[in-house]
Amino acid sequence: MNAPDPAATTASPPHASFAARAHVALADDGLRRKFRRAMDGLMTKRAAQFADTEAWASLRARGAAIRRRALARLPELLEQLEANCRKNGITVHWAETSAEADGIIEGILTRHGVRTIIKGKSMVSEEIHLNHFLGEHGIGAIESDLGEFVIQLAKETPSHIIMPCIHKSKEDVASLFEAKIDGQPYTEDVDVLTATARRVLREQFAAADAGLSGVNFAVAETGTLCLVENEGNGRLSTTLPPLHVAVMGIEKVVEQLEDVPPLLSLLTRSATGQTITTYVNFISGPRKTDEQDGPREVHLVLLDNGRSRIHGDLQLRETLACIRCGACMNHCPVYTRVGGHAYDAVYPGPIGKILTPQIEGLGKAGDLAHASSLCGACGEVCPVAIPIPDLLVRLRREASHAIPSSSVMGAGAQHSAVEDWIWRGWRWMYATPLFYRLATRMLRLIGNRLPASLPMLRDWTRVRAKPQFAPRSLHDLARDRGYHDE
Amino acid sequence: MNNARSAILARLRATPQGMLPALPEWRTDVPSAERLDRFCTLLEASHAEVVTSASQRWPALLAERLKARGNTGAIGPVLYAPGTAHGRQLAEAWADQPDFPLVAYDRPVEELKETLVHGVGAAVTGTMGGIAETGSLILWPTRDEPRLMSLLPPLHIALVDAGALYGTLTEAMIACDWAAGMPTNALLISGPSKTADIEQTLAYGVHGPKELMVIVLDP
Repeated sequence: MNAPDPAATTASPPHASFAARAHVALADDGLRRKFRRAMDGLMTKRAAQFADTEAWASLRARGAAIRRRALARLPELLEQLEANCRKNGITVHWAETSAEADGIIEGILTRHGVRTIIKGKSMVSEEIHLNHFLGEHGIGAIESDLGEFVIQLAKETPSHIIMPCIHKSKEDVASLFEAKIDGQPYTEDVDVLTATARRVLREQFAAADAGLSGVNFAVAETGTLCLVENEGNGRLSTTLPPLHVAVMGIEKVVEQLEDVPPLLSLLTRSATGQTITTYVNFISGPRKTDEQDGPREVHLVLLDNGRSRIHGDLQLRETLACIRCGACMNHCPVYTRVGGHAYDAVYPGPIGKILTPQIEGLGKAGDLAHASSLCGACGEVCPVAIPIPDLLVRLRREASHAIPSSSVMGAGAQHSAVEDWIWRGWRWMYATPLFYRLATRMLRLIGNRLPASLPMLRDWTRVRAKPQFAPRSLHDLARDRGYHDE
Repeated sequence: MNNARSAILARLRATPQGMLPALPEWRTDVPSAERLDRFCTLLEASHAEVVTSASQRWPALLAERLKARGNTGAIGPVLYAPGTAHGRQLAEAWADQPDFPLVAYDRPVEELKETLVHGVGAAVTGTMGGIAETGSLILWPTRDEPRLMSLLPPLHIALVDAGALYGTLTEAMIACDWAAGMPTNALLISGPSKTADIEQTLAYGVHGPKELMVIVLDP
């Protein structure tokens, strides 16, 4: 039986800009069909869950307030979470960067002589590129979520935060299993493919020295880690091996246990249109001395990786309210057409467009803030009311104009002197009546004859019709009607 | 490590706290009269089998149900919790029936791993009750009834007292004062293990039980 190659990495995509990657994706009809179909299904199921708009509004208001309260009280809640986890026997670690988190996890595993870990689904572990790091240190990491298992076999990265292998057809999975799993014949029968994954991974669960998981909500009041899933791999990863390491972003903490039900309801209904997932797991410590199973040790790694910087700006802080349901990507007209890989980021779609540039800096990922038509669908469906379009506009502005007080990494990275001069000229023209009259007359005469291929105009006209100048200006028309206020 | 802790907390504290909104009122409920019906309907919709039994008769009913599937040998040994009241009830009632041998989960997982992972076909557990709004079982594993029982065997049989149905999760948390002392692992289970990762096609039993049978005990 073949285990997936734990050190598998994905080759970097061939294009540096989102626009170029999007063009490649748009040309792939099969990819577009798969995403269209999947997103349509997810949107329909979510809509059915929130058919009662009054109930949706009050649940959403509750969820939004819970997340805002948690963020306002973040430092004290983290300390409370840490204290209660310790009381429960969970060891708590703090990491400022991805590298620190990787190092801490590797340290824990090495101290316990761990050779292989089995993983439940964790986006934070993707964010810190944990599998690659552990592979370099001789520790194998096996993904056990079916979707993650498929993409690990294919040496790819997730294209959706909830359904990581949404870009694969059952034919793709059938060929992959046939090629990578010993004795597996080609079959498109999803039940058989699923049973194969169960058989292969059951062995891995039994043999793993440690389990790793993410955290959906961490409850400060009781020191409890909540894990939400359908497959049971999260439960297995956190129960069967003798050691459990959980990793979470510092923003995932909530005040009290009673905050969990409304957030849980928002999460599962927004994500997959389910009233609840099959399993909701509340972990509050390692195995007690008289218990028969459960890990002997539980470690919790709290990751910052730019979050405390984002927290420092009251508007951008909204980014951290996210509960990672993926509804924004399911409803995004851009994501639906280009799929998750075009973003070349761990978090794709609208939430990724505001999160990635803030974590990686506007210099590296600033163009993601432009991967949007600002249609507003993401903000409308967000279960905790994150104003994603407003934040996109804010980041676009920050990318071109560094404000001295800005805390955004790489602010001003896309600043253009030419653009600056154009705006200055524009302002001067509008403030100088004589020049304004001259300029509008000139444009009326020759504007429509300017070729669409002129520099800068070309960027606009490449995908749009050239604007037409009206033969008569608004001023002329107003004068005809008897307005004389000059 | 401590440097990271103090640096992160210092950065978080250096910024304005921001708005601390009050929690707006939010309540959902399922009226008592509708709870049992809703609970059963939702569980069945999630692919679980729901049967009702008098609380004295369930071991006999379970044996009948399992036999009715035919090929009794295919189910394999049944895992049970000998330290619980329902575990003892099962062992007593099944003492003379040869079809389903019982395996006791009475020692640490390390000593029973091979059996648990490969050697049992079903497990019988109790529950702390159910949640009507979502069709969920509340499990509160203990020393006597460990966590893996509801996870490793292909068939999970769960007993729910009809009198222990709560309208919502919030109601259960408040009624049982969860915040006063959480167990190592509390669980909600709302159907058999499932996945839709391959082309959004539902498939059951990807990691946990492929089947869930819920026996509602109604005295």
